[in-house]
Amino acid sequence: MIRVHNVHKSFAALQVLRGIDFDIQEGEYTALLGQNGAGKTTLLRIIASLSRPTSGEVSINEFSLPKQAEQVRRQMGVVSHDPFLYGDLTAEENLKFYGKLNNLENLQERVLLVLEQVDLSVRRYDLVRTFSRGMQQRLALARALLHEPDLLLLDEPFSGLDFKSSQNLTDLLNGLHAKGTTILMTTHDLDFAITHCKRLLLIKQGKLVKDTVTQNISRDELVTAFG
Amino acid sequence: MNTLKHIGALVYKDVLIELRSREVIWSMVVFAITVLVIFNFIFDPGTDIMQKTAPGILWVAIIFSSNLGLNRTFVKEQEAGNMQGILLTPMDRSAVFLAKMLANVIFISAVQVIMLPVMIILYDLPVTGTFGLLLLVLFLGILGFASVGTLFSAIAANTKSREIMLPILLLPVTVPVILGAIKSTQYLLSAEPLSKVYPWMRLLIGFDVIFFVVCYLLYEYVIEE
Repeated sequence: MIRVHNVHKSFAALQVLRGIDFDIQEGEYTALLGQNGAGKTTLLRIIASLSRPTSGEVSINEFSLPKQAEQVRRQMGVVSHDPFLYGDLTAEENLKFYGKLNNLENLQERVLLVLEQVDLSVRRYDLVRTFSRGMQQRLALARALLHEPDLLLLDEPFSGLDFKSSQNLTDLLNGLHAKGTTILMTTHDLDFAITHCKRLLLIKQGKLVKDTVTQNISRDELVTAFG
Repeated sequence: MNTLKHIGALVYKDVLIELRSREVIWSMVVFAITVLVIFNFIFDPGTDIMQKTAPGILWVAIIFSSNLGLNRTFVKEQEAGNMQGILLTPMDRSAVFLAKMLANVIFISAVQVIMLPVMIILYDLPVTGTFGLLLLVLFLGILGFASVGTLFSAIAANTKSREIMLPILLLPVTVPVILGAIKSTQYLLSAEPLSKVYPWMRLLIGFDVIFFVVCYLLYEYVIEE
């Protein structure tokens, strides 16, 4: 599904990623862990086709980046800590806007379906700027799911969410994983990662220092490795 | 075909947001009318000097009020990372440029719809048989200015001093468009023979084409990381 091979990324003299290698299979639920500045978001942006590696190869479902970025974007949904939503548009208008850019057919049906999925149907005519942070994040997930992607990339999706909103989002992600969606998420929430994700990738100073199935590592070992 | 749909969706979104927020057009209108009124106080109505300076005043009002609008071109896209949301869709990047340019032309033209009658009344301008040609000159001037302005506002959007950066970049580059537009307007308003107007209009059209093509081609590189 995702192949990352010897990826390096530098910003001028600053080396952010130093030879990252991993493969993620279809249906895996993976957490990309690391402290602030470890390079998680940079790596996720490269996989999301928003940034180019300085060297190395990235491919999604055999489509290589950046050459075949359009094909990759069709198969991928991205949720960031920024919701990518317009406050002066309603929830439905936001989703229709992104649906049109994704060339979706049966747009109205898809919009209603994803709004139902994230439990926001009753607020569909409300302006997004009236939404709480948790509701905006659920709507961001609806936006990312609009075109039924096989792969979901999430960059710190829980940042700024209260307990209930985090719980709602967790349930939604578990549901998507159960349906076979491949999920790759950056987080520094070790408890979440060890409880919900099936595989853990730990990045330190731009290097992949740990790649393990969750059941093979204890919380204490993870905390030690995390530093 | 898809590109046209994408452009339509982007322009519709921008117009809808502007109709709700009223952030761009009204600030441009207030600025433009203020310029017209201030210059109107300086010169006595109906005098020869007012007639001669009217084209310059008109274009000063258009250019500087447009700057306000162009500065806001990518503000909504910067908020909440929306530009990334757009870039994550499988669409041609150039559609974003065309849509943003079109939205800018619509906003600037909407300001002219309000500004032009005020200009005609305050400056006692003749509405003659060449009024259609005057509207065409206005449109061509706005088109050239919006092409370059859209590209430069994308560049300026990523800088800290966006409001200052845009006019610094934009005004020197668009001098040929401004010059062509002012001279064409001047000859049309003073009822000079059309043979005097056409060379300036040709210059205007020429630079419109050059600016549009160059900005269209460069935009993809500007929005790259």
